[in-house]
Amino acid sequence: MNINKDLMAASATPLVLAILAEGDSYGYAIIKRVKDLSDGQLQWTDGMLYPVLHRLERLDFIKARWGKSETGRKRKYYRLTTLGKNQLGEHRQQWHAVDQALRMVWKFGGKDLIAG
Amino acid sequence: MTDSEVDIEQQIDEWRLYLEQRRELAQEDIAELEDHLRGQIGELSANGLSPDEAFLVAIKRLGKQDAISREFALEHTDRLWKQLVLAGGAQPEKVLDNELLTVLALAVAAAISLKIWDLTGLFPFESEQMFYLRNAPLFVVPWVCGYFYWKRQLNKTHLWRLALPMLVALLISNSYPYVPESSIFILSVLHLPIALWLLVGFAYTGDRWASDNGRMDFVRFSGEMGIYYVLIALGGWVFIGLTFVLFSSIGMDPEYMVGFWIVPSGVTGAFIVAAWLVEAKQGVIENIVPVLTHVFTPLFTLLLAAFLVTMLVTGQGIDMDREVLIAYDILLVLVLGLLLYSLSSRNPQAPPGLFDILQLALVCCALLADMLALGAIAGRITEFGFSPNRVAALGENLILLVNLLWSAIFYYRFLKGRNDFSVLIRWQMAYLPVYAGWAAIVVVVFPPLFSFL
Repeated sequence: MNINKDLMAASATPLVLAILAEGDSYGYAIIKRVKDLSDGQLQWTDGMLYPVLHRLERLDFIKARWGKSETGRKRKYYRLTTLGKNQLGEHRQQWHAVDQALRMVWKFGGKDLIAG
Repeated sequence: MTDSEVDIEQQIDEWRLYLEQRRELAQEDIAELEDHLRGQIGELSANGLSPDEAFLVAIKRLGKQDAISREFALEHTDRLWKQLVLAGGAQPEKVLDNELLTVLALAVAAAISLKIWDLTGLFPFESEQMFYLRNAPLFVVPWVCGYFYWKRQLNKTHLWRLALPMLVALLISNSYPYVPESSIFILSVLHLPIALWLLVGFAYTGDRWASDNGRMDFVRFSGEMGIYYVLIALGGWVFIGLTFVLFSSIGMDPEYMVGFWIVPSGVTGAFIVAAWLVEAKQGVIENIVPVLTHVFTPLFTLLLAAFLVTMLVTGQGIDMDREVLIAYDILLVLVLGLLLYSLSSRNPQAPPGLFDILQLALVCCALLADMLALGAIAGRITEFGFSPNRVAALGENLILLVNLLWSAIFYYRFLKGRNDFSVLIRWQMAYLPVYAGWAAIVVVVFPPLFSFL
């Protein structure tokens, strides 16, 4: 299943923020987490995550710092800020509203369609 | 490491180099992407892929470089404007790094070396003005050389090659019994900086002076340094103007402060700062001089051609008095500069183009103009006899003539496909010491030759 590009773009911010809410993380691990969470359905083009991370950093939702990986290489870790936490809450409400509406329409609208 | 691991390292290196050419990507972005790539390769290898396969898959998953770069560019529009970051990269560094401290120390030392004499009233021999005019470049050149001596970590051999000529210059300019305002004195004051600039070339290039590339880098450096110096001078001019306005407004006269301290120290120290700026910006910002060259080459070609044609048509000879001759020589030197700096930015492998034809036209016009100047100088010499100024002008125009003649020949042969462009570059680079050599002759040999008058 191919997920629509716009939907991917729209969901990127809340997903990244939510994953970082679980704990500090870095690019590759975030992508893996997204894949696991979606059972492989959400496949980002890996490179595209980084501009998103940088945008969120510019908006002060997340904060970056350079650390070391297990093998001692340079690795950039990201951490959710308080501002980011609030932002995540808002996203959550918005997605919840969309989700609710869709569920309702699948449930009842769909029945009508089938009933014809 | 196994062979395939070495291979992967090489492939990652190549990939990194390729990304580094994209200005949308900063070093740290590439480091971040590299960490990602390595993570992906590690996981794929653990799943049984060979390193080569893992690398290919990881690159593919990372996405098209163009698309990623575009995203980065949208997020970081400022990156399209290259910034001259003087204080290191991403890591928050200490405000004063070693280099900045060294540069500041050298600039202050240069200013002190200039001011100590009138501060203490210790003028060897004569008046303040004469003393400073005699030694002017010696307050700058040693410190600029010192900066590169430190920066390039040069050794003792270099030290001697730099120090000996400086000592000779110091001895000569302070021991020759110059007569104030004599033409020999003015000639010496004008030529000493040209001769000594060669030492900056030695220091700048270190062991690479013998190579054309090294010399060409020095030519580029000199041009860019000139631009930076002018920019700093403009800033300094505003600074001084504001100093006057501010202090005058509270009834103080800053003239002593400005005239005795700020201007002399600034004029000297700015040389070291300009040298350092050029060194720091290397490769970060486009060289500006070649850009100016491209703007002015057509204009100067037009000017010279129009001048020569008008002269031929009207049959009007030039009235070559001293001022005209000097202006004429400045024009010819400018043309040479235009040639040199367009060479410095041209890809030697590129085929001949329209600009090359224009360049050849400019060189030919300059050649003609130079011959006219030489004729006029020869006329003055036969009429009035030898004088220091005339001999100096004769020598300079002959040097220019030889250079322009061979440049025209090589350029013509290049356009006809009979020699490489690099021949032209080699010719110009081999010629560089000639200018300094002639300047040194004027400084060292002329005064006794013309009995210091």
